[in-house]
Amino acid sequence: MTAVFTVTLVMLCLAGALTLVRLLLGPTTLDRIAAVDVFVILIVAAVAVYVAIYRDGSNIPLIAAVALLGFVGSATAARVAERRERHR
Amino acid sequence: MNLLSAILLITGAASCLLGALGLLRFPDLPSRLQAATKPQTLGLLLILLGTALRLDVEDAATLGLVALFQVLTAPVISQLIGRSAYRAGSMRRDLVVVDELGDRLSQERPDRTD
Repeated sequence: MTAVFTVTLVMLCLAGALTLVRLLLGPTTLDRIAAVDVFVILIVAAVAVYVAIYRDGSNIPLIAAVALLGFVGSATAARVAERRERHR
Repeated sequence: MNLLSAILLITGAASCLLGALGLLRFPDLPSRLQAATKPQTLGLLLILLGTALRLDVEDAATLGLVALFQVLTAPVISQLIGRSAYRAGSMRRDLVVVDELGDRLSQERPDRTD
């Protein structure tokens, strides 16, 4: 089972690295918002794998909180970016 | 149960990885959103299911709530970003096959030039 968790976490880390490259490259603000949204989902997935490793439910509220926060943040950022584009 | 959980975890992580690869490789913002929304949501759902199989019922129920919330919010984010991208013009017109929003907009405002 240790090998399974290692493979899972390595794949999630690779995905996070690729997402960070997109975050750095841009080229527009909206690309970066999409990349941050994906990154938050990857963090939620990684915490879920952590919960699976230790079979300990005490971090599950963290999963729910990060998922909620990611939604609110991305939605707000997308609205702000849209308004800025319209005023240009 | 352990085997099923392992399969689900690995499949979910692979789906997340493919989604991130698409986010990096695809040519314009709408196609990147495609990669950012669907494989990521599927991967997260599979990972949450694989995790829930290793926990007791109460914790698994909370994970189910997280999964439901993710399924509800991912299309909202995608729609918001996609609409902004359309208005900002940060998409490649030569890759678009059907432009329903553009047809609708030009019906409502025939004097529109963009």
